[in-house]
Amino acid sequence: MVEEEGFRRYVAHAILWIGIAIVAFPVYIAIVASTQDNALIANGQMSLLPGGHFFEVYYQTIFVGTSGSTREPVGNMMLNSLVMALAIAIGKIAISIISAYAIVYFRFPFRMPIFWIIFITLMLPVEVRIYPTYKIVADLHMLDSYAGLALPLIASATATLLFRQFFMTVPDELLEASRIDGAGPLRFFWDTLLPLSRTNMAALFVILFILGWNQYLWPLLITTRDDMQTIQVGIRKMITTTDALTEWPIVMATAVLAMLPPVFVVVAMQKLFVRGLVETEK
Amino acid sequence: MANVTLRNVRKTYTGGFEAIKGVNVDVADGQFCVLVGPSGCGKSTLLRMVAGLETVTGGEIDIGGRVVNQVEPADRDIAMVFQNYALYPHMSVFNNMAYGLRNRGMKEAEVKTRVDEAARVLELTPMLERKPRQLSGGQRQRVAMGRAIVRQPKVFLFDEPLSNLDAKLRIAMRVEIRKLQRRLNTTSIYVTHDQLEAMTLADILVVMNGGQVEQVGNPLAIYEKPATTFVASFIGAPPMNLMSTRIDEIKSQLGAGEAGILGIRPEDFVITEQTPAGGVALPLTVEAIERVGAETFVYGSRAQDEQRVAATPGELPPGEVIVRIPGSEAPPIGQKIRVAAVRNKLHLFSGDGRTRIEA
Repeated sequence: MVEEEGFRRYVAHAILWIGIAIVAFPVYIAIVASTQDNALIANGQMSLLPGGHFFEVYYQTIFVGTSGSTREPVGNMMLNSLVMALAIAIGKIAISIISAYAIVYFRFPFRMPIFWIIFITLMLPVEVRIYPTYKIVADLHMLDSYAGLALPLIASATATLLFRQFFMTVPDELLEASRIDGAGPLRFFWDTLLPLSRTNMAALFVILFILGWNQYLWPLLITTRDDMQTIQVGIRKMITTTDALTEWPIVMATAVLAMLPPVFVVVAMQKLFVRGLVETEK
Repeated sequence: MANVTLRNVRKTYTGGFEAIKGVNVDVADGQFCVLVGPSGCGKSTLLRMVAGLETVTGGEIDIGGRVVNQVEPADRDIAMVFQNYALYPHMSVFNNMAYGLRNRGMKEAEVKTRVDEAARVLELTPMLERKPRQLSGGQRQRVAMGRAIVRQPKVFLFDEPLSNLDAKLRIAMRVEIRKLQRRLNTTSIYVTHDQLEAMTLADILVVMNGGQVEQVGNPLAIYEKPATTFVASFIGAPPMNLMSTRIDEIKSQLGAGEAGILGIRPEDFVITEQTPAGGVALPLTVEAIERVGAETFVYGSRAQDEQRVAATPGELPPGEVIVRIPGSEAPPIGQKIRVAAVRNKLHLFSGDGRTRIEA
């Protein structure tokens, strides 16, 4: 790309800065609000500068929770969310890479019908099949459990399709060379295909982790116990209180805490993520 | 060390397409066999059948006295070099070569000895820790060779290993492959569409066309006595001039009664006013000249035209004749010349081009 000269460059940068401000300002407000005294916020006198209650508010948020009757430490909610998001991301990748391997590299009866069945599930997200899914999970006694939170969300057509596309770009000669080198199907998968899929897996992990972390409807339905609450459900519950003031500093602190793991995952895996999206390693 | 024997090998794909129509080849222990033919002739399919990457639908493939039709590629004791090298992109050069050995449960010390030895022979020692993408085409090619030789297999299989290299490197690697094969004395089967590569490498040359073997033999013997017009025009560059013996002037000179095809290699013509006894002379009009330094190709057209004699690849347009003369002296374009070939340089084939007629 040719470097833009002078004035045009400043205009471009100014527009970018405005964009950043629009995105960042609410986040800044949340951080500021999480360090203020609740009474100030409730009176509408919130300052735009950070207040002095940072440690106190975050301590209470993480280890104690709100003072309402359904109080639950946010630390525990984060753990629940983390387990669920990791289980969904890792489970989806594991299941879909194996099914894509089967569909691309093996000839078995009903291979194409099975592929199309997987494909069709794209049209049936959780929201559409929520009643039968709930029924199954309830019948299997998986309500209020990590398995119930994660398992129904693991089967994934998108990830299977993505790996299928990737596997089809891997030259056939690699498989043939492996066969001549004495590597069976499992060895080829483990020694060659998995290392080659590394960047794809990283990209998927980022997307799927955030998808799992942001789940709201499904955890809301199947968790009834407070100690199984995920953070996204928890925030919502904190805001609606019947008999007391909403504890905004704690709500905001929870929101800030809820942002951290996805940010961490994106930052940590950014390099691999971008490579996975743009690069085809040959 | 082993010989490879193909007995009436056939390959029919589901759907009925017959890729290999019954091939019989016998490669003796330590010989270098080259399968050559135009694209789509089945040579790669045949090689992949020997490797075990394609199923055999008829006949037998025998490696070292064992019929291997139902044997997995890994258990056939063969090694293969692919056209695109098929190196494992995520493994270092060392691991690429070691992979096949480790899979066979070889001790790490022995693996290291063998890989180091192969790397030394192929001058890859400084690159052992690099990844394939950090290597040039020629170096990758050598890694692919190394992966084959560390295994010390009974048979090497080469699937057009040089066609991804530039012309200069191709010649250098061609010589290296030949030297390496001589030293290791391992039976090899090599597929190429390049007749020059085929001629220079082969102990035994198999010319294939349309899923069938046209001719098997020593490369020079095939060059001197091609069995069919296909072989005649495929082996040798520029291709042999083929013309119908029904043309008046040829008929009168040869005295051949029945319809047939006469072939004369470009280098067997001389520009002369005389007609050698029993030979053939043709009047030509010079149409084009190609000078390549040590020799010159003269493209001439015959006075009267005729029907196309046989549809074979590399064939000249009807009525055109190529003459190869040494040096760079050539007659000017448009001049009428007379070329002649002596009797024992003439090749005669039956009218359909399938049979050679010994004069």
